[in-house]
Amino acid sequence: MIWSEEYETMPREALEALQLKRLQAVVERVYATVPFYRRRLEEAGVTPDSIRSLEDLQRIPFTTKEDLRDNYPYGLFAVPLKQVVRIHASSGTTGKPVVVGYTKRDLGTWAELMARSLASAGTTKDDVVHNAYGYGLFTGGLGVHYGAERIGATVIPMSGGNSKRQVMVLQDFGSTVITCTPSYALHLAEVAEDMGVDPKSTKLRVGVLGAEPWTEEMRKEIEERWNMQAIDIYGLSEIIGPGVSIECEEAKDGLHIFEDHFIPEVIDPDTGERLPYGEEGELVITTITKEAFPLLRYRTRDITSLVHEPCVCGRTMVRMRRVRGRTDDMLIIRGVNVFPSQIEEIIMGTKGVEPHYLLIVDRDPQTRLDTLEVQVEVSEEMFSDEVRMLQTLARSMERNIKDMLGVSARVKLVEPRTIQRFEGKAKRVIDKRKLS
Amino acid sequence: MKVEQISVFLENKAGRLAEVASVLGSAGINIRALSLADTTDFGILRLIVNDREGAKKVLKEAGFTVGITQVIAVEVEDKPGGLAKILKLLAGEGINVEYMYAFVERSSGNAVLIFKFEDLDEAIDILNSHGVRVIPGERVYSL
Ligand SMILES: [Zn+2]
Repeated sequence: MIWSEEYETMPREALEALQLKRLQAVVERVYATVPFYRRRLEEAGVTPDSIRSLEDLQRIPFTTKEDLRDNYPYGLFAVPLKQVVRIHASSGTTGKPVVVGYTKRDLGTWAELMARSLASAGTTKDDVVHNAYGYGLFTGGLGVHYGAERIGATVIPMSGGNSKRQVMVLQDFGSTVITCTPSYALHLAEVAEDMGVDPKSTKLRVGVLGAEPWTEEMRKEIEERWNMQAIDIYGLSEIIGPGVSIECEEAKDGLHIFEDHFIPEVIDPDTGERLPYGEEGELVITTITKEAFPLLRYRTRDITSLVHEPCVCGRTMVRMRRVRGRTDDMLIIRGVNVFPSQIEEIIMGTKGVEPHYLLIVDRDPQTRLDTLEVQVEVSEEMFSDEVRMLQTLARSMERNIKDMLGVSARVKLVEPRTIQRFEGKAKRVIDKRKLS
Repeated sequence: MKVEQISVFLENKAGRLAEVASVLGSAGINIRALSLADTTDFGILRLIVNDREGAKKVLKEAGFTVGITQVIAVEVEDKPGGLAKILKLLAGEGINVEYMYAFVERSSGNAVLIFKFEDLDEAIDILNSHGVRVIPGERVYSL
């Protein structure tokens, strides 16, 4: 369902005119109010009135996560704190978090974009939305919450954690939509089964899943185990939170970016050059309507490509491909670029293999070469009483990894439930090379 | 004529074998025979127990991957040449042994051989037709 026909199906020409008008306004505003941007723009020789077309966006310097850290906590806010009505912060794994602010109007924009997103996934006012994204500084919980309320759906503000209770509530409250990370959706299916609850017996029909990279294989598994549609949603707290882009239920083929609020670009992460449609690179986003925390050409570190072909759903907004990984997740193993998601696709293509795996990258002290070990849990379905069968299975996964990615891996079969489960984002990689 | 065997996946971690034994022990389940197939990476423990369903349940609850496989038990006198005779017979008939292990029956002092074949029914027919004693499951569980 399309929440805002007016904007989501706007003809490209009108949309681009709107984007330019909004871009000019935001550049003018940050130039006047944020010393950081004024300095950056001056250094690049860009004045607000020199932005005459959308092409001129490329003249504006990038903003990086480091810039956000350097200006911790409020240095990049474009309005005085008294106009800021909400603060969120990203879960920085090292050091200080990235702090973002919202004016009252920003919160309205966000709720509207989340309403569009949930509607795109098929949510209506008749739905019961089980929101298992974390509430708090993380944007997931409250982002979904206000969007679902705007639609008029019934919101269950579960937040994360306490999986058994989640299953009980899912069952008893008759939830029809669940919002959480994809790995948590699988974890909950596992917990439900352990409790003797068949996930298929719940009323869930849609999962709006995001906040971590996942794969088509994982989608299939989630859809089968829960007997529901799994829809990919994308966002990051720096930009606004969830609601930057989402798949439509009609195509489930790429995530429509809400271009009336965000201008997307894909660049070569090494050179910074803008890449043409279809080519994979780092996603860069400029926010053109946010008041408290606007960002110019923010480097998201997410790897994707843009699709501009029209979509069957009728939306005119450009689509981004499912995020393949992050520039900082990318592993370089013996000089080959490898994303954990690529390995996941390969091992999950093997019959009976559960999506629980761990990649351990190390360096052989003698040969000084990188080594990759892939730990895969042995499920009942793939288990055999014959050594040969299990070895064949492991060797075939190794061969597929070698054939498809060009790296040698050692597949190690491990007992079920030995790979740690996380209630939030899954930890898939241990890179021991960094430790020494 | 077939015997149900419990198979358990074990990562080569010290103590996991002992853990299987202790899980079964505290559930009051007796192990009649066991064999461990070992590789550098992992092991497969094969067990004949008096209570298969019970064993499968408690082992699964303890977090092990468990399978139930059908095998054949054969009784031979525990004297030199007993095993060789049977293996020769099977080889002559073109029956491939996937794996086997043995234990000694306490009461009779006879050896019991556990065999896994690709085609169990065919193997049973051949063994029977040569007068080899294939023991029914119920007897093996209670040996
Ligand atoms: Zn669409």
